[in-house]
Amino acid sequence: MSAPNKSYDPVEVEALKPEEIERMRDEALAAFAAADSLDALQEAKVAHTGGTSPLALANREIGALPPHAKAAAGKLVGQARGAVNKALAGRQAELEAERDARVLVEESVDVTLPYDRVPAGARHPLTTLSERIEDVFVAMGYEVAEGPQVEAEWFNFDALNIGPDHPARGEADTFFIEGPDGGTESGVVLRTHTSPVQIRSLLNRELPVYVICPGRVYRTDELDATHTPVFHQVELLAVDEGLTMADLKGTLDHMVQSLFGEDMKTRLRPNFFPFTEPSAEMDMVCYVCRGESVGNPDRPCRTCSSEGWIELGGCGMVNPRVLTACGVDPEKYSGFAFGFGIERMLMFRHNVEDMRDMVEGDVRFTRPFGMEI
Amino acid sequence: MRVPLSWLREYVDLPATETGRDVQAKLISAGLEVETVEQLGHDLKGPLVVGKVLTIEELEGFKKPIRFCTVDVGQANGTGEPQEIVCGARNFAVGDKVVVVLPGATLPGGFSIAARKTYGRTSHGMICSSDELGMGDDGTKGIIVLPPEAEIGKDAIELLELVDEVLDIAVTANRGDCLSIRGVARETAIAYRLPLRDPALLDVPGPNAYGYPVQVSEPLGCDRFTARTVTGLSPEARSPIWLQRRLQKVGMRPISLAVDVTNYVMMELGQPLHAYDRNLVQGTIGVRRAAEGEKIVTLDGVERKLHAEDLVITDDRGPIGLAGVMGGANTEIADHDATENGANASTDVVIEAAHFDQVSIARTARRHKLSSEASRRFERGVDPQAASAAAQRTVDLLVLLAGGTAEAGVTEVIAPSAPHTITVPANHPDKVAGVDYGREIVVRRLQEVGCDVYGQDELIVTVPSWRPDLDDVNDLAEEVIRLEGYENLPSTLPKLPSGRGLTHRQRLHRRVGRALAGAGYVEAPNYPFISEQVFDQLLLEAGDPARRVVRLTNPLNDEEPALRTSLLPGLLAALRRNNGRGSHDLALFETGLVFLPRAEQKAAVALPVDRRPTDEEIAELNAALPEQPRHVAVVLAGAREQAGWWGKGRPSDWADAVEAGRAAAREAGADLIVRKGQYGPWHPGRCAEFVVVVDGTETVVGHAGELHPRVVKALGLPERTSAMEIDLDALEEVGNDTPQAPGISTFPVATQDVALVVDKFVPHADVEAALRDGAGELLEGIRLFDVYENAEQLGEGKKSLAYALRFRAPDRTLTVDEASAARDAAVALAGERAGAVLRG
Repeated sequence: MSAPNKSYDPVEVEALKPEEIERMRDEALAAFAAADSLDALQEAKVAHTGGTSPLALANREIGALPPHAKAAAGKLVGQARGAVNKALAGRQAELEAERDARVLVEESVDVTLPYDRVPAGARHPLTTLSERIEDVFVAMGYEVAEGPQVEAEWFNFDALNIGPDHPARGEADTFFIEGPDGGTESGVVLRTHTSPVQIRSLLNRELPVYVICPGRVYRTDELDATHTPVFHQVELLAVDEGLTMADLKGTLDHMVQSLFGEDMKTRLRPNFFPFTEPSAEMDMVCYVCRGESVGNPDRPCRTCSSEGWIELGGCGMVNPRVLTACGVDPEKYSGFAFGFGIERMLMFRHNVEDMRDMVEGDVRFTRPFGMEI
Repeated sequence: MRVPLSWLREYVDLPATETGRDVQAKLISAGLEVETVEQLGHDLKGPLVVGKVLTIEELEGFKKPIRFCTVDVGQANGTGEPQEIVCGARNFAVGDKVVVVLPGATLPGGFSIAARKTYGRTSHGMICSSDELGMGDDGTKGIIVLPPEAEIGKDAIELLELVDEVLDIAVTANRGDCLSIRGVARETAIAYRLPLRDPALLDVPGPNAYGYPVQVSEPLGCDRFTARTVTGLSPEARSPIWLQRRLQKVGMRPISLAVDVTNYVMMELGQPLHAYDRNLVQGTIGVRRAAEGEKIVTLDGVERKLHAEDLVITDDRGPIGLAGVMGGANTEIADHDATENGANASTDVVIEAAHFDQVSIARTARRHKLSSEASRRFERGVDPQAASAAAQRTVDLLVLLAGGTAEAGVTEVIAPSAPHTITVPANHPDKVAGVDYGREIVVRRLQEVGCDVYGQDELIVTVPSWRPDLDDVNDLAEEVIRLEGYENLPSTLPKLPSGRGLTHRQRLHRRVGRALAGAGYVEAPNYPFISEQVFDQLLLEAGDPARRVVRLTNPLNDEEPALRTSLLPGLLAALRRNNGRGSHDLALFETGLVFLPRAEQKAAVALPVDRRPTDEEIAELNAALPEQPRHVAVVLAGAREQAGWWGKGRPSDWADAVEAGRAAAREAGADLIVRKGQYGPWHPGRCAEFVVVVDGTETVVGHAGELHPRVVKALGLPERTSAMEIDLDALEEVGNDTPQAPGISTFPVATQDVALVVDKFVPHADVEAALRDGAGELLEGIRLFDVYENAEQLGEGKKSLAYALRFRAPDRTLTVDEASAARDAAVALAGERAGAVLRG
């Protein structure tokens, strides 16, 4: 802004001519429109809006006008400059868009190219399925309990009402640990189930006890398509006042619904285990055929062999003798427990056909399971 | 236990329409695991008839002897003419009655019979063996020769009871009573709410003084011994077809009449029996514990050295039987076929029906690795009250079928015992089930299983002699609940106290797995069984603590009797397996327990189970277990980064392995010191040692790096295989999983790069530590961005380390001078501590 001119000579000064201003404006607009590149537009911009451009000079002359002419002239020039700047911005945007479109097309790539620079890793499905099951129960308020895999026989058998002469003890296909000095009588075994963790939980924790015990267990079976000497179980133990078999049933139903879908349910069949009384075998509805393959030879189901039910594992009310061995008063407390094999569930849930695939560590087997299942 | 439906129907009047599958469903629901229902003869189609062999012509000139026979089948072939049949078996003679299948019939397995030319003749049917009819082994290994009284032309399907259904039941260890048709019939009767015709309800004469003398000197091991004598058995008598068939259907092989009868009664009533040849028993039959070192040859021909706890049956000479397990060879009964001309065939037998202690029999069977039909039953519980009925049934059958005479003498030695009663609140089953059954149902169900029940709110329950497994209140609750139907239990959820989620250790386990999988590692869990030779292959020194192992007494594979002390043997085997299967670019990890024997090893004692063990007792048990820390390990081979359109790949190397250890420590929030190490399987120049500080003491918790070339070669691994193993529990112990937030300054950063020349073997870690300490509080970060060796420029044995230092103040913009002063101080300290010289 130039300072107001106080010493103008009213005789010499002429008013700005509107035609001139319009011409200047039109020339600028034409120049912008004619500019076919950002560089050309830059030149036109300097010529028509720069400090020595006609409109800039005209603007400067306003200061020399007599007061009565200033307002009209200012308005005239201001409108012209406004139109010019607007046109410039418009053209600038147009040209930039044209340039972007051209350049960015040139920069385009083949987005279908692979990028397996470091191929993804994966966790083993036995690990992640076990965690998935743990999480269902942790959400209910259970805690995860762990224990040693090389375990004292007292924890693995005696405290679970499997005394030295119990027929079940001989049937358990146990790996025995060599004693001190190479003797055979160590009283220590590779745990045959995760039940010793239940005993440890009852001994270590305050009542009530609600725990889930996942982990590796061992039995002397040769590896084949359906057996492995090292496998995984998840067991649950609840000991509280007033627990019932109906609570056991409800807990099982909740688990299969969480893992297999809302309309799933379980079935209990009487059975015998030394550590539970009453005891039951637990089945779940076949989540593939939902029982529709039963008696329907046209729609056989491989998952349940058209039985309609899938055997899950064993369960029951904690035998009062087990509570006694852990110092829990069976008159006051009752409990329920269940356990099942993760391998089996992985097999039917994920269509694993051969047990060996789960133990050989082949990366081709494990990769598709990713980080969680 | 195999249960023919036809036999079951003898004791329970099941509706005629009930199939084996129907019964299966009912019994499963009641708690008997009926695994299969075998459909005997379901695809068998006649005509199958009794024939009499008229002529036999031996055909010559074939590889094996062949007979051309004519057989009288009566009118069964429609003509009454003799049937011409070619037969390859030889165990029959002219005049024998045989089973003939005629053209048009179908044998089990869909085998259709038609007239056909064979061995130059036309055979119009077949003379059948028991195998061909699906009957199981009859011990003859030839065609069936029927008793002479079989009627010519009669339907053999009916005669041989070839069509039947057999339930195969997996009897649980507590239900010895269901190892008999009687027991299964009782369950069936209860399930159908039909009356049971108890086969043990027989008229039995009372004991008297002139039975065979028996002396039980061990009443704790044998609380009941019944002896009966039958004389004048016909040596030629054979088991009738019905008896043989029933034995075959339950899975036993007919042997001789006397043996078959004892087996039959055992199957029927569940009471194991033994028949002694009376003429071979000398003097009084006794029951006592064996003398240590005493010997007996059992019926299976094995000489067994007895243990002082073994219960034996004796006569004047010594042991004649391993009580409740197996008889002795010296008093074995012999039938006509088993002896020369039948001269020594047994004609007089003493029948033993005794009741032995469960535990004693279980121990003896286990000690001698001898599980018999008898021991299986005694171990699981036999009805002591059935002994005299079983003896009577055996006597009756021997009289009926072998023409014997029952002697009037009845010996019964019985140790007095009170019936077992249990006091149980009437609502106990309701409380266990979570269902309001009410007293009436509870009492009725208990009565159905054979209990006597008295009392109102408090029931006094006397359990039946055949259910020794009913021992406490929950056993009774189970009877009520299972008979009311497990399927009718409601589904409720308990109200839990709030849980605290996963522990630090559990969360760390998951985090490490996720971090490694995120870095491209694939989890490969391995068996913990190892061979101790692997320690030599891993170049562990003779005294290495990792060589001390926990061993199995009964490994699956004799080559791998030890438990791992390191995850590497298993993980490297998995690497090799994958490599062999064509996956060459490998990064595997495993988390798992290792087993480290304690310095002082001792055996774990058996604690009592009638009370809580004391804390000291528990501690002592735990002290008998090895330490079992959780480790994490990785192994790598081939490319870590693949080559591709983006450029070159990169082979995995020692640095990846070391970084995996750092990653584990990061997840644990543990300060990990990485320094040059040298240990067993690792390349001595490329091995890092991981150290943590616990209470001011440095502890080595793992190693990482490239494997020693000799280890690679010994284990057949890909070249330059790298590995890491670290003790995850040790990391958890020193870790901190609540990291503190740093203050974030928003003032500008001042960066300064320095290149320092040091001796080649000065570790970067030392230089960096000096720079950090020297730079002071203004240092925000430091990063090594280049390592450079060039003898010409740097001098022999030197290297250049280039660091980017980032300086920032919390409260102001740093001036160039301030940043430079801090840098100079850093370089000065690096010079002092590590001999570093600023590169000009």
